[in-house]
Amino acid sequence: MPVYSEKVMEHFMNPHNVGEIENADGIGEVGNPVCGDMMTFYIKVDDNRLSDVKFQTFGCGAAIAVSSIVSEMAKGKTLEEARKITPALVAEELEGLPKNKYHCSNLGAQALNKAIDDYLKKLGKEAKTRRRKKDEGA
Amino acid sequence: MKRAYLDNAATTPILPEVVEAMLPYLRDAYGNPQSLHQWGDEARETIEEARGQVAALIGAQTEEIIFTASGSEANNFAIKGLAQAQQSKGKHIVISAIEHFSVLHSARTLEKWGFEVTEVPVGRHGLVDADEVAKRIREDTILVSIMHANGEVGTIEPIAEIAKATKKTGTLLHTDAVAAAGTIPVDVKELGVDALSLAANQFYGPNGVGALWLKKGTRIIPFVDGGVQEGGRRAGTENVPAIVGMGKAAELAQHDMSSRMTRLSRLRDRLIQGLSSTIDHTILTGHPTQRLPGNASFCIQFIEGEAMLMLLSSKGVAASSGSACTSRALKSSHVLAAMGIPPEIAQGSLLFSFGLENTEGEVDYVLEVLPPIVDRLRQMSPLYAKFLKQQRGGR
Ligand code: FES
Repeated sequence: MPVYSEKVMEHFMNPHNVGEIENADGIGEVGNPVCGDMMTFYIKVDDNRLSDVKFQTFGCGAAIAVSSIVSEMAKGKTLEEARKITPALVAEELEGLPKNKYHCSNLGAQALNKAIDDYLKKLGKEAKTRRRKKDEGA
Repeated sequence: MKRAYLDNAATTPILPEVVEAMLPYLRDAYGNPQSLHQWGDEARETIEEARGQVAALIGAQTEEIIFTASGSEANNFAIKGLAQAQQSKGKHIVISAIEHFSVLHSARTLEKWGFEVTEVPVGRHGLVDADEVAKRIREDTILVSIMHANGEVGTIEPIAEIAKATKKTGTLLHTDAVAAAGTIPVDVKELGVDALSLAANQFYGPNGVGALWLKKGTRIIPFVDGGVQEGGRRAGTENVPAIVGMGKAAELAQHDMSSRMTRLSRLRDRLIQGLSSTIDHTILTGHPTQRLPGNASFCIQFIEGEAMLMLLSSKGVAASSGSACTSRALKSSHVLAAMGIPPEIAQGSLLFSFGLENTEGEVDYVLEVLPPIVDRLRQMSPLYAKFLKQQRGGR
């Protein structure tokens, strides 16, 4: 087994924010091209802020710890702030990751970003339909 | 905390009798076996006795045993040394798709040296079909190497049948018996092979010592040049304590073979039965009956091996996995892939391998701690969530 930092072990043994958000505002699912694993992030957005973040992960110990810490880091942040969570920051927050586990930290940041993309896309669509309805009504 | 070492496939614990036999050679009997004085004579006689013990374990003649530093070395030696010695006759070799890396990568090296390698596929239980091997033997095939048993999934291969095919064409047959020798009866004459590798750390001997058995009269290119040791084929001052340990372990293995097998298969079957009935969506990998007595290997669906190992380890249980995430190269086991197991299922690979120190209580302990671990990881798994939704008929 790789040698993990205490912080990784902590988040692996007791991961925060595990699960699925019913009627999530955004969902981001990514597969890890390196080892074939998977991560899904669910977000709830209120006033441009991430009011809730949850995840599901199929992967190694590092991947689970990464998901947990990313969800913690993202909660309460504005979308713009959340976009700034990079794999490097995630690794730092976890007090380091073994070299061959860096790719697992990419996965976390990617999944969160994808969830935000998904939210914005839906928002765009909603805005469009609202506009269309208005146009039709006029 | 309770502890259970269920990773005997990696290495077995060393028996106290073996340690006792080794100790004098770590202390006072430090002579170099090649020296021409009493110290040398004593060391030489001792390693010859060990050679006899190892030979007896596999039904061979004493002088046919070449000591090496590991099973991996014995495999490298056999594949490269036999191929090179035969290359005037041809440059084609045949191996199975589930060989240990020490065979597989030696074959890759041969490819770089201009040899051609053909891999024989295996069935879903990891069995090599003797006819499939026969089909791949050509005019220029000089060596076939098929493992005796696979330590990862436990399947025991029909070596004697394969030997019938190689005999017909006069092709050399090597078998990597590292997982088999000292664990199940292995007799070189009954098998009909020309070369066989074994390692002491698979039968309660020390790490760092193995042997290559080479049928008398078989030509091989030396592995280490520069000395007369091991018939001039593997130079270097002999590791006397380790060799003594291997000899003692071989003697004990031969003596206790059948009682050990009964003991280990009982533990294995208890775990296989218990696990299959308590955890759903679990696949037993390897052959259901033709398998090593101590091997219980599974794929637990929807979750990943390293995460399971970490949680098991937090409960004091040592096991292993062939998942991509547990491997340094981040590739899932080539053995499971060759058996047709899809990558996402191979990710859930979990291997328990039993040894003499294990007890039924330990099996029951695993059966108590593993189901909640699996549950917990499945609750986290997007794959499992999807599966449940599909089952409910949703999307
Ligand atoms: S998820 Fe596979 S190595 Fe981390």
